[in-house]
Amino acid sequence: MQKNSDSILFDHNHDGIDRRGFLKCMAWAGTGALCVLQGGVLKSYSLSDPSHAKKAAAGDLSFVQISDSHMGFNKPANPDVAATLQAAVQKINALTVPPEFILHTGDISHLSKPGEFDNVDQILKSARPQDVFFVPGEHDVLEDDGNQYRERYGKNTRGSGWHSFDKKGVHFIGLVNVMNLKAGGLGSLGGEQLEWLEDDTKHLSKSTPIVVFAHIPLWSVYPEWGWGTEDSAQALAYLKRFGSVTVLNGHIHQTMQKVEGNVTFHTAASTAFPQPHPGAAPSAGPMKVPPEQLRSLLGVTDVNHVHGSHALAVIDSTLE
Amino acid sequence: MKRSNWILCIAAVMLLALVAFPALDRKVAATPPTAEVTIDNFTFSPATLTVKAGTQVTWTNHDDMPHTVTSEDQTFKSKALDTDEKFSFTPSKPGTYTYYCSIHPKMTGKLVVE
Repeated sequence: MQKNSDSILFDHNHDGIDRRGFLKCMAWAGTGALCVLQGGVLKSYSLSDPSHAKKAAAGDLSFVQISDSHMGFNKPANPDVAATLQAAVQKINALTVPPEFILHTGDISHLSKPGEFDNVDQILKSARPQDVFFVPGEHDVLEDDGNQYRERYGKNTRGSGWHSFDKKGVHFIGLVNVMNLKAGGLGSLGGEQLEWLEDDTKHLSKSTPIVVFAHIPLWSVYPEWGWGTEDSAQALAYLKRFGSVTVLNGHIHQTMQKVEGNVTFHTAASTAFPQPHPGAAPSAGPMKVPPEQLRSLLGVTDVNHVHGSHALAVIDSTLE
Repeated sequence: MKRSNWILCIAAVMLLALVAFPALDRKVAATPPTAEVTIDNFTFSPATLTVKAGTQVTWTNHDDMPHTVTSEDQTFKSKALDTDEKFSFTPSKPGTYTYYCSIHPKMTGKLVVE
């Protein structure tokens, strides 16, 4: 066994990823460190270390995920969600390695009102990365089957708003799992979208890093509160052959992580209000905290891929 | 007949009418029966409500998140109700109507109409 605990010790899947090392990396992430796998060795860089910006070579990819802005929400859990979204944008703009684009994993608005969408668009205009890719949350598709959502954000998407695109060799897939929800059920992708997903990925080489983003978690976080997707197993089956799959979700308003084989699941904090841990409260609703604590429970997620490495480094930072 | 006798006679008839038809001295029309369901903490209360056909059922959302009232068989469907907003439905046909919140589908309820 090597003495250096930053090296890969057990490469079970022969893909250069050591589970224990990866989880250690996640622990570093809590200190605001960027953890990168280079040549089989985990290295960490502080996000505020200016020398890291130079190290980021061409071919490396950096982006951010924000989620659950719930524009229009104005109850005690957060009477000013516009201010906290603005703070999230400032956080993004302060990152040493400027992200190339933003992923918004849904619940952009609170009540699908035009003014709410307009406000979010206005606030995102002050973000340095001007490219924003969306998937809808259930709050974005009230009343009209998501027509307004698609008019605003659905260019180049199919069906209820699913789409894929490539950035520097990484394949991004935006999925919609908030339509046609059945009584007593969970999130749902549906047959048409699953067929599209199979078709979309079948010609990709298995070494293509995949990033899937969708609103409701694609793993079973807490079914009692609807925190899961009924037919995600089929979606994940289509992605099983890929060496690196990162799933980014929202909906639960707290960060959570799970690693399963080659798949890393990650949920983002909300920029609006926190929700309780699974089962820790009678319901999943907005969690009130003392005002001075609110911003420590909201946040953005920074994601970095070093060209040639398998894993993407996923770092959460809070607004305060 | 003497005049005083006529007056007594008429008074007796009126009294008899009042006793026989008590509703005559009242102006109130019959109102339809009503029933309430409250929505709070992602829960419909009562979870099962039993009413007679023709009862106006009103759901009121006291939660700090919006919810809908959507019957599984499409019989009734509210818009998204924000805090303090209401939705009313008066069922005419007996039956059991299962419903749920289309935004948070784990929230379910039952309306039994007799």
